Amino acid sequence: MKLMQLQRTMARAVMQPLTASERMQRRAPDGGPMKRYASRFIKPNDRLTSFERLEIYNRQYWFRVLSALGEDFPGLRAVLGQRRFDAMSKAYLIANPSRSFTLRNLGARVESWLRKNPTWARPNQDLALDIARLEWSDIEAFDGKAEPPLRPEDLANAAGPRLKLVLQPYVRLLSFRYPVDDLLLEVRKEDDDTDFASNAFTERKKRKRVRAVAKLKPAQIFLAVHRIDYSVYFRRLDQEEFSILTALRRGKTLSAAVESAFRKSSVAPEERPLKVQTWFQAWSTLGWFCRPEKKRAAG
Amino acid sequence: MSANRFNGFTDYGIGIGLRAPHYDHILTRKPVVDWFEIISENFVIDGGRPLHILDQILEQYKVVQHGVSMYFGSAEKLNREHLRRLKELVQRTKTPWLSDHLCWGSVDGRYTHDLLPMPYTFEAARITAQKVREVQDFLEIPIAVENVSSYAEYHDSEMTEWEFLNEVVERADCGILLDVNNIYVSSQNHNFNPFDYVNSVPAERVAQIHIAGHSKYRKYILDTHDHPVIDPVWKLYERAIQRAGHTATLLEWDDSIPSFQEVHDEALKANKFLRATALAEAV
Repeated sequence: MKLMQLQRTMARAVMQPLTASERMQRRAPDGGPMKRYASRFIKPNDRLTSFERLEIYNRQYWFRVLSALGEDFPGLRAVLGQRRFDAMSKAYLIANPSRSFTLRNLGARVESWLRKNPTWARPNQDLALDIARLEWSDIEAFDGKAEPPLRPEDLANAAGPRLKLVLQPYVRLLSFRYPVDDLLLEVRKEDDDTDFASNAFTERKKRKRVRAVAKLKPAQIFLAVHRIDYSVYFRRLDQEEFSILTALRRGKTLSAAVESAFRKSSVAPEERPLKVQTWFQAWSTLGWFCRPEKKRAAG
Repeated sequence: MSANRFNGFTDYGIGIGLRAPHYDHILTRKPVVDWFEIISENFVIDGGRPLHILDQILEQYKVVQHGVSMYFGSAEKLNREHLRRLKELVQRTKTPWLSDHLCWGSVDGRYTHDLLPMPYTFEAARITAQKVREVQDFLEIPIAVENVSSYAEYHDSEMTEWEFLNEVVERADCGILLDVNNIYVSSQNHNFNPFDYVNSVPAERVAQIHIAGHSKYRKYILDTHDHPVIDPVWKLYERAIQRAGHTATLLEWDDSIPSFQEVHDEALKANKFLRATALAEAV
């Protein structure tokens, strides 16, 4: 067998889903018996059949990818429940096998896939989509790029109506239909208590999670997922604040961003300057702006 | 013999894998450690805490890059994006050599994230060696290929694993990261004498040695890196350094990771063998 053919044959078997009891399927990817499929290219030894040797790799593959996805999406697991999350993960990974050299990117398409495959997220589809998006943004904010921060002298010659401000690449701006930031923080807090993983404790944790998800009522929120000292934080934003930042990220000038943010706003006109000033102070303190590219090149 | 062109003519001692549970201990206590090995893929990112930690480590320690997904043995082409990012990291760490596994793990752009065993054929050796050369040329540092633990063998194989390793490294003109635990695991799983393997490796190409623990099951052994090194593996290590000399040695401990001190103490047990070998050479 040519190398490429052998590797395709083995990969098809290794990536084929396990049975409910986490064993290799009896039926091979070609529809025939897996015993025959495995014996075509794997040698048996005095202790293991070809099937059993191939099964070691099949199980390792699924344990690895399912565990990686589970680690990245504890909030989604809380929303769907363990059993449904496991089934969803399996279906997702069958449809989206890893195409990256790093497991970090395994969950990149979870939200878009759930959107196209809503049966996996019912009956809490909006909530499931929201939490999946938040958890992926958290990963992106954690190891996203940081550009050199904006300095006062960078603004000296640029101030005026055409001023454009550039947001740090790691800052993620998101709007949600549910307050999923609170839910995720609660889930993580519970996960940290792994030292007391008795059965009774796990059961209590499960019940607490079910209650936390059930009591979560829809409420639109605007959120920045960002970093302080290399740790990821969630910061709630006002709607107008979110609009300004989103417009800046799209490359609008500062004046255009502010103008469009307040166009349909209920904030009284006399309160707006103070609000904008306060927001800018906070964003600057948090280091959300970076030097424009031209300035960076100049040092 | 230990400082050779496959490890950038360095003479590193005993290192351990840099793992997240030990970050705090290392950065606050600053323990004396010869060097750390990093998993390259954990740091081929754009920014954030992992790179910040790495930069702090680099200020005080020597670091060598070890990869898990180059897949020299995959029949498909190399992933250029992976290579480009690795090169950026190589420039950051100034690693004197870079290692990855003699295995395959991706096909048609799909990644298994596992270290799948090679069929020991001349075709596979030719393809693998060609890819090692390409990586070496692109990264402009010496490459060492590591033998993996395996649980399956192929009907197609035309030679032993060590003959295949020799065939690849000769064709690629690259170094070897000799994992003596992997040799032991595979020898138990495939019924061969592990000393035949160690004795057949071209000693002058050994850039580095890995030691580790594993898990024994009823019918096979799994390379789990979650236990101390067992005596038969130390014996293989002893034989390896008798042949290759005082070689950069690294203990891998990746699961159920104990305290930093426990891991480091386990690694330092290698000193006993290194000293004995040095003494024997001197006599």
